[in-house]
Amino acid sequence: MKAVLLLAMKSAWARRLTLSIALVAVALSSALLLAVERVRHDARQSFGQSISGVDLVVGARTGGVQLMLYAVFHSGAATNNIRWESFEAIASNPAVAWAVPISLGDGHRGFPVVGTTPAYFEHFRYADGRPLAFAAGQPFAGVFEAVLGSDVARALNYRVGDRIVLSHGMAELGPEHADKPFSVVGVLAPTGTPVDRSVHVSLEAITAIHLDWVGGAPLPGLSIPPEQVRKFDLAPKEITALLVGLKNRADVFRVQRFINNFRGEPLLAVMPGVALDELWQTLGLVERTLFAVSALVVVVGLAGLAATLLAGLNERRRELAILRSLGAGPRDIFLMLTVEGLAVTALGTALGVALLTVGIALLAPFAQAQFGVHLTLRPPAGDEWRLLGAILATGLFASLAPGWRAWRMSLADGLTPRS
Amino acid sequence: MSALVLDQLLFRWPRQAAPCLDIAHFEVAAGERVFLHGPSGSGKSTLLGLLGGVAVPERGRVALLGEDLVRLPNRARDAFRADHIGFVFQQFNLLPWLSALDNVLLPCTFSARRRARAGRPNEEAARLLTELDLAPELWSKPAALLSVGQQQRVAAARALIGRPEILIADEPTSALDAERQQVFIDLLLNEAAAVGATLLFVSHDIRLAAHFDRVVALAEINRAAVEIEP
Repeated sequence: MKAVLLLAMKSAWARRLTLSIALVAVALSSALLLAVERVRHDARQSFGQSISGVDLVVGARTGGVQLMLYAVFHSGAATNNIRWESFEAIASNPAVAWAVPISLGDGHRGFPVVGTTPAYFEHFRYADGRPLAFAAGQPFAGVFEAVLGSDVARALNYRVGDRIVLSHGMAELGPEHADKPFSVVGVLAPTGTPVDRSVHVSLEAITAIHLDWVGGAPLPGLSIPPEQVRKFDLAPKEITALLVGLKNRADVFRVQRFINNFRGEPLLAVMPGVALDELWQTLGLVERTLFAVSALVVVVGLAGLAATLLAGLNERRRELAILRSLGAGPRDIFLMLTVEGLAVTALGTALGVALLTVGIALLAPFAQAQFGVHLTLRPPAGDEWRLLGAILATGLFASLAPGWRAWRMSLADGLTPRS
Repeated sequence: MSALVLDQLLFRWPRQAAPCLDIAHFEVAAGERVFLHGPSGSGKSTLLGLLGGVAVPERGRVALLGEDLVRLPNRARDAFRADHIGFVFQQFNLLPWLSALDNVLLPCTFSARRRARAGRPNEEAARLLTELDLAPELWSKPAALLSVGQQQRVAAARALIGRPEILIADEPTSALDAERQQVFIDLLLNEAAAVGATLLFVSHDIRLAAHFDRVVALAEINRAAVEIEP
């Protein structure tokens, strides 16, 4: 039997050209399947890690998914703002440990501007409860001071001390608040969350740059220079959302009910974990379709392998008869073909893993910058091993067909192939 | 002891009413060199299959070296073939992607007995190839690159290595030109005589029968009415 397997290897080497085509098909298809699984897993991971340590996210009444999208991912726009009095009412609720306001709507060269308070840097948590860290500088203190997320600083090549101009709205070429530049006082360390892509300023700054604006445009004939804004009341009138931390997590449903039934205006409070799950669910269909398609591609690749082996069998009829005359049994012949198919599958998946590794090494920075998905370079883990096992099992199954056919052939042919 | 005994043998292909082989008795003595003559379609291949143990008769005895193949389990029949029989076929006898030398060595990888009897397999293979007049520079070439005549000599060396007791040749000269046919047959006869092997040479071409100990027509021993293919 060892002799047969050794010969099978040499025979396969003699047919390496056709087999390598089947091998590449298996490698590409398994790399695709693994890539889909990896992106899915890592996207979900990045997603789930985008916020933690926050018990409730609060905004104007809307859908939970939409609230998460704008309050946490700064994508899309809020339908309504929250009055400052509502924020104060929630923040002073005895169950609430801290509340951080968030005011959105402006941007800087495509990156969202987040108006907030210095408490944000203290209370915001991501991943397993990691706090924000400063790579350089410190939180903002003055009105026209900004703290940049790591991606913003890297992409636009900003350092502490640089001056930047915010624009109104998220459009990259929207109208600018050019008369009131900000100086960069801090740059945050990378987090792999939307924070990396945000420009943080104080709530007062948001009020200040809109003092001479009405309804999304500068008031004609009115210009208030930055030196004079302190003469105005810069206390915020409205915010977009707020993050709430509780003294005792057990109170979360009570506080949520209090906010959802708030008398002043219609508000919505969601638990980030639940809402993130819900958000992920809405993407679930796409994710499952993608997975199913790539699984099909693997099946096609393995069917190609089986077809290659079956097609080669007629030419190898003599070879099989010679092996028979040398003492190989039909079972050896069956084994020879099946092992060949399995070996090509195994090599193909190994090559697929290698392709995936190289692919991730090359594309991870792009995925991080474009989609905020942090792809990890690591050996296969957990579900991926199960997938590899499933590919191998399918490969074995596909190889049974040529094996079975060779077995039948060698029984019918005996020592004299009919060809 | 007889090298080969067929007794009350009946073989029928599946789903066929008429038997293909019906042989009352046929015997080849040890060391005998027999020319078995039969036109194509007379059941020669079937008989070879029975002798090689890849087919089993409906009834009767196929005894080689005193061992009844019919009563052996499949595995043992395959092993018996590897241990005791050297085959030479019509053509395309060799694994084209193996070197000539490795082709000769094949029986030694399949049978421990043949390996043991070959002594030092590599030296024995070299000796056989030299004796069969194959130039050493051809030994490491892939078999596919050899001429038909060279291939048949390699096949003969492969059949002879490890001194199997029985040599079975099935039309081994059909791919050779007339001149080389007789040379190859003489070579087989001499080698068989040298190692004391029993030789069963099967062919449709009666002109090749000259130097054998005995000539048998399959039609004489086979009672089944066989349709002869046109």
